[in-house]
Amino acid sequence: MRPFFRNKGRKGEALGLGSASEPAIELVGIDKKFGAVHANKNINLTVAKGTIHGIIGENGAGKSTLMSILYGFYQADQGEIRISGRPVAIRDSQAAIAAGIGMVHQHFMLVEDFTVLENVMLGAEGGQLLAKGTSHARKELKRLESDYGMEVDPDAVVEELPVGTQQRVEILKALYRGAEILILDEPTGVLTPPEADHLFKVLRVLRDQGKTIILITHKLREIMAITDTVSVMRRGEMVATRTTSETTVEELAELMVGRRVLLRVEKGDAAPGNVLLSVRNLTVKDSRGVVMVDNVSFDVRAGEIVGIAGVAGNGQSELLEAIAGIRKPTSGEIWIDGKPAAGIDPRGLRELGLAHIPEDRHHMGLVLKFEEYENAILGYHRDPRYGRGYLLDLDAIREEAEEKIAKYDIRPPNPRLRTANFSGGNQQKIVVAREIERDPKLLLVGQPTRGVDIGAIEFIHKRIIDMRDAGKAVLLVSVELDEVRSLSDRILVMFAGKIVGEKSGDASEQMLGLMMAGIAA
Amino acid sequence: MSTASVQLPRWINYGAIPLINLVLAFVCSGLVVWAIGESPWEALQLLVAGALGRGEGIGFTLFYTTSFIFTGLSVAVAIHAGLFNIGSEGQAYLGGLGAALVALSLDRYVPWYVTMPFAIIGAALFGAACAAVPAWLQAKRGSHIVITTIMFNFITSSLMNYVLVHLLIVPGKMAPETRTFLPGGQLPKLDWLIAMFGGKLGAAPLNVSFLIALVMCFLVWVLIWRTKLGYEMRTLGISPSAAAYAGIPYAKIVMITMLISGGLAGMMALNPVMGASGRLQIEFVGGAGFVGIAVSLMGRNHPAGIVLSALLFGILYQGGAELSFDMPSITRDMIVVIQGLVILFAGALEYMLRPAIVRLYQQVAGGR
Repeated sequence: MRPFFRNKGRKGEALGLGSASEPAIELVGIDKKFGAVHANKNINLTVAKGTIHGIIGENGAGKSTLMSILYGFYQADQGEIRISGRPVAIRDSQAAIAAGIGMVHQHFMLVEDFTVLENVMLGAEGGQLLAKGTSHARKELKRLESDYGMEVDPDAVVEELPVGTQQRVEILKALYRGAEILILDEPTGVLTPPEADHLFKVLRVLRDQGKTIILITHKLREIMAITDTVSVMRRGEMVATRTTSETTVEELAELMVGRRVLLRVEKGDAAPGNVLLSVRNLTVKDSRGVVMVDNVSFDVRAGEIVGIAGVAGNGQSELLEAIAGIRKPTSGEIWIDGKPAAGIDPRGLRELGLAHIPEDRHHMGLVLKFEEYENAILGYHRDPRYGRGYLLDLDAIREEAEEKIAKYDIRPPNPRLRTANFSGGNQQKIVVAREIERDPKLLLVGQPTRGVDIGAIEFIHKRIIDMRDAGKAVLLVSVELDEVRSLSDRILVMFAGKIVGEKSGDASEQMLGLMMAGIAA
Repeated sequence: MSTASVQLPRWINYGAIPLINLVLAFVCSGLVVWAIGESPWEALQLLVAGALGRGEGIGFTLFYTTSFIFTGLSVAVAIHAGLFNIGSEGQAYLGGLGAALVALSLDRYVPWYVTMPFAIIGAALFGAACAAVPAWLQAKRGSHIVITTIMFNFITSSLMNYVLVHLLIVPGKMAPETRTFLPGGQLPKLDWLIAMFGGKLGAAPLNVSFLIALVMCFLVWVLIWRTKLGYEMRTLGISPSAAAYAGIPYAKIVMITMLISGGLAGMMALNPVMGASGRLQIEFVGGAGFVGIAVSLMGRNHPAGIVLSALLFGILYQGGAELSFDMPSITRDMIVVIQGLVILFAGALEYMLRPAIVRLYQQVAGGR
C-alpha cells in the first residue's frame, strides 16, 4: 500500500538529522516484563555507525526480546530508543522500517512461490498497479547488486533457490526498503560453511559502505570471525560489551553462562563391538518422488558414534527418519541388531531397541501444548509400566517424570508445567531423558543441540558419550560441523543423497567442508 | 501476536472469558430487544423464568440440554483428534433409525430397561456408520472431513426421507413417521428428579437419556484424559508429526475417533425419539447437531464445560420459546437472533477479548 518513494523519503529524513559521529543505535534503560518474567532488565546498548556488532547470550537471555523491541514487535515498558541520536518511538515494524531498520529473520519471511523481484517488492509495491513499481524495483535491485556484490536473478522463483541465496533475498529486501541498520538473527544456522563465508563477505562490504549490522548468534566462532564489538546478555541483563579483538572465546563463554565452561568434549577411545545398525542400499523418495537418499550403505557398531555431516537438505533428515520408521524407504534394507527393520513402524522399532532424539523437537520430539509428564512418555505410552490395559497410570507417569527431572536437572522442576514454557535446552533435556533412560541398543540423534544453550550442550554431549561408553551404537546427524567432529568416532559425509566419503573423527574442517559442498570425495 | 502465547490461569480461561463473552452477547441482544420497543430487562426476566421458573420449564430446558450434551460431546471428541465433525446432525438423524428399529422390534416383548441398552447400541452403531465413510475417506484418501461430513448430512436427510415415507410409515397414515412405540420401547420420564426439588415435570419430556448423557460425559472425560487411546488422539490432534514420530497410526486413530464421535451423535436420538415423542419422526434432530458445534466450542471441548454450555443453550431454547409466547413482538426469529449472538460471542469471537484480558492480567500480575 505504502508508496516506495515516501518510504525512502522518511528514511532520508531520519538520517539527515543525525550527525556522522552519532551512534547508529542507542538503547537507554530498556526494560520489559512478560507477566512475572523479566525479559529485559535496564538494558543500555550503543552501536557505533558502520560497525558489525554481535549480541550473544544463551536461549532465554533476552536477545530476541531486545531485538523485537527494536523492530517494533514489542513495546518496552521503560526506556528510550535513539536512532542516529534522535529518540524514536517504534510502535510497529512499519515504524522500524521508516527509521531505517531492517531485519533478517532466522526463518525467512519469503513467499516461496514468488520470484525474487516479487518478494523484494512485497509491501512496497508503489501503488495499485504493479507495472511502475516493478520497473522501479528492477532498477533498484540492479543497483543494490552492483553496489554490494550480491548477485541474484530477479526472475528466479524463491523456492528453487539455495538457502544461502534465499537469505541474500532477505537482505536485499531490507536494503530495498532503505535499511541503514540490519539486524540478522542466527543467520548461519541453515548455511554451509562456504555459504556462511560468503555471507560474511557480504556483511563486510555492507559495513564498509557505512551500514550498521547487528548480528545475533550463539556461535562464538562467528562472533570472533566477523564482529567489531560484542555484547553479552545473560538472564535479561547486558553483562558486558567487549571489543572483539581484545576478548577470547573462553571469556565470552564464561560471560554468557556465568561460570567456566568446557568447550572441548572430553572422550576416550572408542571400543567398537558388534554391528547393531546395518543399512544396505537404502533409497528414500519424498512425497513428490524426488530421490532424497540415494543407495546408501553403512554400519554402526556397538560402542561407537558415527556422525553424518552434510549441509541441511542433503538427505540426512530423510535417512534418519527412514531408519526411525517415520518415512517408508523406497528400497533397500535396514537391520537392527540382526533383525530386519525396514518398513516397521516406530512403535515396533522401539521394541527392537531403537531410541530416537529427532531433529525437530518442536514438531516431532514433543507436543508443546502437553504438560511435561505427558511428553515424558511420548512413543512409549503403550508400555504396561504406564498403566495396564486401556488406562494411563498418571501417578506412575508423574513419579517417573519427576525422577528424570531430578536426574537431568530439568528446570523448572515441575512435571505439570506446559512444555512450551520450558527453555529450548530444557525441552531438549526432556527428549534426551526420555530416549536415553529407555536404555536402547541403538540411539539415533538428530541436531541434539539446535537452539540449546551452552550449559545444556555440555550436558547433552556428555550423555551421548556415556551412551557410547556403555556399549550402545549411536548415529548422529548434525549440521553443526563442530559438533559432528567433536563427538564422532567416524564421520560419513552426505551430499545430494549419497554418502560421498568416510573420515575418522579427527578429519579437518576444511576437508569435510569441501566434501559437504560436493567438491572433494 | 504477542499475547497469543501467554498462558492464563484456568479461572480466567475457563471462567472469566466465557462469562464476559456471555454478558456481551446478552447486552447486544438487549439492544436488539430495546430497538424493537420492548424492555430488555423484562424480556430477560421472562426468558429466565420461562426456562427455570417452574418444574415444567426446567424439564423442557433439561430435555434440550440432553440433546446438546450428546452432540457437543460428539464434536468435542473429534476436535481432540484434530477432526472437525460437522456431520453430527446427520449422524444423530441416522442414529434415530437405529434406536427406532430396536424399539420397534423389542417393545412388544420386554420392558424399557431391557430395550434401553440395545437401543443405545443401535443408535450409536447407526451414528457411527454414518461417520464411518467420511472417516475412511479422510484416513485413507485425504478427502477433507469437513466437506464429507457436511455432504453426509444431506445424504442422511434424503435417506431418512425415503425410509420414513416408503418403508416405516404406518400404512394408511399421512404423516411420515413410525408407529408409536409401546411402553417397552419408550424411555421413562424423570418426574422423580424434578419432584426431588419440589417441582412438577408436567408435560415436559425430560427422560432417562439425560442420565445417559451425564454418564457419557464422564466416559468421554476418562477416554480423553485417562486412556492411552485418548492420549494418542490428543497427540494426533495437536501435532500430527509428533504422532508419526511416536508411532501412533494415523488412519486407525482417525477411524476410531470418528466412530466414537458418530456414535455419541447417534445416541442423541434416544432423547427425542424414545424419550419424548415415542416414535421416529421426520427431521426430529432439528439443528441440535449444529448447536453441538457451538456447545463444544463454548465448553472448551471439555465434558464439564459442555454440560454448562449445553445447559445455557437449553435455557435459550426453552426460555426463548416462552419469551416469544409472552411478548408477541419478539418472534421466533428474534430468538434465533439472540441465540446467534450467543454463538457469535461465545464461539466465533472467543478470542476477541483475549488480548485485552492478557494485558490486564499482566499488569495486575506483573505489579505484584
